[in-house]
Amino acid sequence: MSDLLNAFAIAGKAFFGFQAIFFALLAIGINIHFGYTGLLNFGQIAFAMLGGFGIAISVSQWGLPFWVGVVVGVAAAVALALLLGLPTLRLRADYLAIVTIATSEGLRLVFRSVSATPVTGGTRGLAAFNGDFMDLAPWDTQHRYRILGTTWSGGELWVALIGWVLVILFSLLTWQLMRSPWGRVVKAIREDEDAVRALGKNVYAYKMQSLVLGGVIGAFGGMVYAVSTGSAIPDQYQSANTFLAYAALILGGAARVLGPVLGSMILLFLLQFADTGLRALISNGVIPEGLLSSTDVAQIRFVLVGLGLMLLLVFRPQGIFGDRREVMLDAR
Amino acid sequence: MPAEPAAHGAHAAGPGEAAAVPARGSGSDRGPQRLAQAALKDLPWEVGVAKPDPAIVVDGVTRTFGGLTAVSVDHLEIQRGGITGLIGPNGAGKTTLFNLLTGFDQPNTGTWSYDGRSLGKLSPHQVARLGVVRTFQLTKALSRLTVMQNMLLGAQQQRGENFLSALLPGTWRKQEAANTEKAMDLLRRFKLDAKKDDFAGILSGGQRKLLEMARALMSDPQVVMLDEPMAGVNPALTQSLLGHVKNLREEGMTVIFVEHDMDVVRDISDWVVVMAAGKVIAEGPPESISQNRAVVDAYLGAHHDAPLTVEEEDRVLAEASAAIARDEGTDADVLSSDRPNPERTDR
Repeated sequence: MSDLLNAFAIAGKAFFGFQAIFFALLAIGINIHFGYTGLLNFGQIAFAMLGGFGIAISVSQWGLPFWVGVVVGVAAAVALALLLGLPTLRLRADYLAIVTIATSEGLRLVFRSVSATPVTGGTRGLAAFNGDFMDLAPWDTQHRYRILGTTWSGGELWVALIGWVLVILFSLLTWQLMRSPWGRVVKAIREDEDAVRALGKNVYAYKMQSLVLGGVIGAFGGMVYAVSTGSAIPDQYQSANTFLAYAALILGGAARVLGPVLGSMILLFLLQFADTGLRALISNGVIPEGLLSSTDVAQIRFVLVGLGLMLLLVFRPQGIFGDRREVMLDAR
Repeated sequence: MPAEPAAHGAHAAGPGEAAAVPARGSGSDRGPQRLAQAALKDLPWEVGVAKPDPAIVVDGVTRTFGGLTAVSVDHLEIQRGGITGLIGPNGAGKTTLFNLLTGFDQPNTGTWSYDGRSLGKLSPHQVARLGVVRTFQLTKALSRLTVMQNMLLGAQQQRGENFLSALLPGTWRKQEAANTEKAMDLLRRFKLDAKKDDFAGILSGGQRKLLEMARALMSDPQVVMLDEPMAGVNPALTQSLLGHVKNLREEGMTVIFVEHDMDVVRDISDWVVVMAAGKVIAEGPPESISQNRAVVDAYLGAHHDAPLTVEEEDRVLAEASAAIARDEGTDADVLSSDRPNPERTDR
């Protein structure tokens, strides 16, 4: 019993931890792309990688101040969005999907390649670039604090604080945009581009704005991740992260302001709870070792969460916060 | 583009009472209709005839898809302030012509202009901003937006549609309120006001047609192009839609519409343009069309009314029975493809 309580506490830390922030920011961006504008961006992780490496390269390779690194990361994300959007946004939605997923994998491979090693550090990546950020913390980042049965270092708390402030800011931004006429145009584009063109709106420009905005939010997600782990390694930015963010978005409810945020928190909670909980049950002997060994837990938890997601989509296709009436309408 | 925020439509030649004409009222069509009809009365009934006051002029427009020439129009003028019906058999190029005129498709050759301004290289949204709006054959209601949001989308020059202004509600709230009021007026006219907060996706087919037309009117258009506005609409609603189309003319708009129902075409058009195989084959007032040889041929086939000789009849019957014998057991095929019907060339 106390093991399960402990698992619950550890999962609770994941609920508020930097990974939940990372996925929340990725998913907020995807929500703007996919949930509101109908753009299929399967390369969100590339924006995060540019954000993370924007800081890492600027600070540890070029010796620039931390804030300049943030600006570099944002600028890189904007440039990537423009590069992806210029050729594909005039075409059907699936072209963007193909191009984004190819670009995100391609960029990762370039960043980890030998020829890029002088800049990106190759497979070993870069480290020691978050000192400036940690120095800004109003408390001791080395000290360990106990909160509700879990241990947080001062640094973790500082990253989590700034991360959640970012999440709240971008959620407010989404909320304000989507209740404005701008959001109305964007949602209409999701429904039918040609109808919107016939009403005198420059669909291409709106799609581009949406792509840039969502990409920049994703870049901030990458920055939180890089600053929190203190390192930027290309292989951290696998495409699987994009799809986990999609899972979080659908779990929470697409086209809802808080859908991606709570979806990420719950997804991370469930993954961590399944992990710690299963391990505890195995070590207690509740689950016999022959059935499931603790080495398999890391994989099995994804299976369990996947099953849960499937059940959710069957019984509650709109996600936790979605509007069932809205989802039930065929989007023609 | 007139920037009067409150009044809907009612510019150009519209008489004072125009906006207040009830939806079904066809009794008060004395004003602009007469103007357009009178202007067109003495024109010869020939293809490419010059109109007294053309709003749209098309010159030498061709569009080919591979080897197929979808549209090849030498010269066509559309009278301002009138209702022009565009008819023709399936595949005649009517919708393709619409797409070309509104920038949704680019022609291989040719020029066309609206109010003397060339529309050649404009994209759809630029054409719409000039005041030429269209609806679609397959109705494009924006399902997961409410009826009211659909309507508001139609309004032009909205400050809140700019990304940065969107973040400052103070800059667009007043305009939004004015637009909402205007949208409510239009919705009341189209009897959709009770549905304003419903998702457009739950509307019936006919209501979607009404919504699409009302949404187009939100932009204060000069030219309204309706692609089969009556398709799939029940007869009662057809009457109401007809009333709305006539009202557009009363308010001084130029209306071009594609329609297959000849009763509708005869009822409301001032001028009819007939297309077949991409070409304009006839134009004239509605009463001239049913007598036009080229039109009858296009719809029914060139030799539809020549009497069958005895030999021909025998041959057709023999072919038919042979075919039946051959396809024994596949009844459906026999019925659909081997009926001995000499009028089968009607495509």
